[in-house]
Amino acid sequence: MSVSTIKKDYLIKLAKEGRRVDGRKFDEYRPIKIQKGIIRMAEGSARVELGNTMVLAGIKMLLGEPYPDSPDKGVLSTAAELIPLASPTFEAGPPREKAIELARVVDRGIREANVIQLDKLCIEPSEKVWVVFMDLHILDYDGNLFDACSLAALSALNTTIIPNERFEIGKDEPLPLDESPISCTFVKYGDAIVLDPSLDEEEVADARLTISLDKEGSVRAIQKGLKGTFTIKEIETITKIAQTQVKKIRKLLGDKDGKSKKQEKG
Amino acid sequence: MTEKRTIVIPGTIVGEAGKKKPGMGTFQENNNIYASRLGIKVDKADYINIIPLSGVYNPSTGDNIIGTIIECQLSSWMVDINAPYPAMLHVNQVPWKVEFGATGQYLTVGDSIIAKIGLIDESKKIELSMEDRGSRKIDAGIILDVQPQKVPRIIGKSGSMITLLKKYSNCWIFVGQNGRIWIKGEADKVDFIVEAIKKIEKEAHTVGLTSRMEQFLKERQK
Amino acid sequence: MNKNEIQLIKKGKRIDGRRPDEIRPIDIQVGVLNRADGSCYLEWGGNKVIVAVYGPRELLPKHQQDSTRAKVQATYNMAAFSVEDRKRPGPDRRSREISKVTSEALSGVVFTEQFPRATIDVYIEVLDAQAGTRCAGITAAAVALADAGIPMRDIPASCAVGKVDDTLVIDLTKEEDNYGQADMPIAIAPRTEEILLLQMDGHLTMKEFNTGLELVIDACKKVSEIQKKALLSKYGSSLS
Repeated sequence: MSVSTIKKDYLIKLAKEGRRVDGRKFDEYRPIKIQKGIIRMAEGSARVELGNTMVLAGIKMLLGEPYPDSPDKGVLSTAAELIPLASPTFEAGPPREKAIELARVVDRGIREANVIQLDKLCIEPSEKVWVVFMDLHILDYDGNLFDACSLAALSALNTTIIPNERFEIGKDEPLPLDESPISCTFVKYGDAIVLDPSLDEEEVADARLTISLDKEGSVRAIQKGLKGTFTIKEIETITKIAQTQVKKIRKLLGDKDGKSKKQEKG
Repeated sequence: MTEKRTIVIPGTIVGEAGKKKPGMGTFQENNNIYASRLGIKVDKADYINIIPLSGVYNPSTGDNIIGTIIECQLSSWMVDINAPYPAMLHVNQVPWKVEFGATGQYLTVGDSIIAKIGLIDESKKIELSMEDRGSRKIDAGIILDVQPQKVPRIIGKSGSMITLLKKYSNCWIFVGQNGRIWIKGEADKVDFIVEAIKKIEKEAHTVGLTSRMEQFLKERQK
Repeated sequence: MNKNEIQLIKKGKRIDGRRPDEIRPIDIQVGVLNRADGSCYLEWGGNKVIVAVYGPRELLPKHQQDSTRAKVQATYNMAAFSVEDRKRPGPDRRSREISKVTSEALSGVVFTEQFPRATIDVYIEVLDAQAGTRCAGITAAAVALADAGIPMRDIPASCAVGKVDDTLVIDLTKEEDNYGQADMPIAIAPRTEEILLLQMDGHLTMKEFNTGLELVIDACKKVSEIQKKALLSKYGSSLS
């Protein structure tokens, strides 16, 4: 799959006129659709459609040993699969750098904001804690996996029920959660900086920035990608846009904070 | 008079072998002709054809296509033509005199060209040619990707649909048989044509599309 | 829970209330993905499967190409969260075996000679598992292939027959699979009843085997009707 020069020229030309290929404004998201609790076998799940990008996040919980440096806290483990199903450009095999970066960035966004109250997931200090596995399954790739996965992960956590009954240690209850940080991803091509890049825009992008903000608007996680650069002024513009957009996304996710519907079983 | 379009799926009986011959998208088994593709059944005088509704581009000698250069070799270029096979353009088949090793000076990776499909051998190795007048390197405008199977509908019977599109937009439009369309014109008009083509793509299998498109183009022209 | 404590058939009805010859509800959506050339999302009982088809496209590396025909390469994979105990991502031996027999089943109907040197890649992802995933996978893959415009002589349909409490049953659930006496998944080309996939483990007398085969072929035909309806409804028309 080669990106034609014509395509890159066209996108840059449009950008100079303040336009994007799909008619969006520079700081506009594509339509977002979230469906929660759709996988019965999972303790929590959510499917997110961000434009034509589609990702599925599944949460599984198992009992395991804590990390030695945090003996009374539960464990969070995030993995992403860029399966060939989602794009002709994804190859089969173990996760490579793109998938690993994606998983780690989404993980950091959730970990650094202490979304999951890991201290409430300890059964026996140093011996037994809950391990929360978050698996991000990409189903259709049309750009901006970072935001799609982050939304899917948060929505899935929102629906997660701890399977105490299956492990015979009590009654099932929702996963204890705190406020979610929201991530916004931007790319730069030519002189334009756009929010929520589609695949076309990602293919011609020189640089990319993902920024995660919490409820107070404080910065929780950042990741810059690709080989191009950003000026300080550009970073400032990005953070300003992020602050506004994050509020909109937060509304979409709905306010949860520990309250989640009990998943329909069976 | 309403023309009924019959949609068929692989394995549907579409005719009798004695009365008709199996055409495109069909196969014969014993005394029956069956569809091999998901598509629209077309009953011709001698043949039964299936017009596919989906599927990749299957190159045919003589097709005019839009390709993208993916590799420069010493005396040829490898070209992506949106088919299961990359095609080769040899320096003998271009209108320029290219010296050995100088291919990159004429066409580089990422360039888009209009070319014609030449010989295809039994193992589907494809040759391209840029010798005829229609062929050229594409310098400006945009290239839109559509499903190759929808191309006939976008061109229309005797070019009726594409004539309509050109009339209402004043744009330069070239439709490659391989599902790539080159459009050059004013930004607004280009957007307008892209929208129109996407509509044709979506409704390709319906009846009365040409008149509906004329209506659509008239109304949106404002 | 061991076998002796469960009664899998009570008064002719199974644990989930079905009759022995009844299949679980199936729902099929065609063309659900944008990037793929053809796709299908299928729900079968508690199973959720999504399939994407890419191709025909160039087969690389070149030395693996078949100069006379295309290869049909199916990959069956279970998502980590699709089962009760999280499955480690990546192909295990079971997935690879299922991928192989699925590829072979689909190759039986595709006109591969029309695309020498190419590959038709079929990606089957199990998102939610409730027994019978390989049958669900093949059934969905067949629909995705048709959606992708791959020329075929028929659309394969798949189902399983098994034996529980000495009774032959169609389309086993998880408990029936775990505690039953036999399990035989099959895939056929419904038009000609040709068998494309056949596997079995357990114990069946010759009579049970023959009866079971008849029953499951019948069930596959019911599945086939559901596939056809889904494909045609994508274009809003009916079979002539």
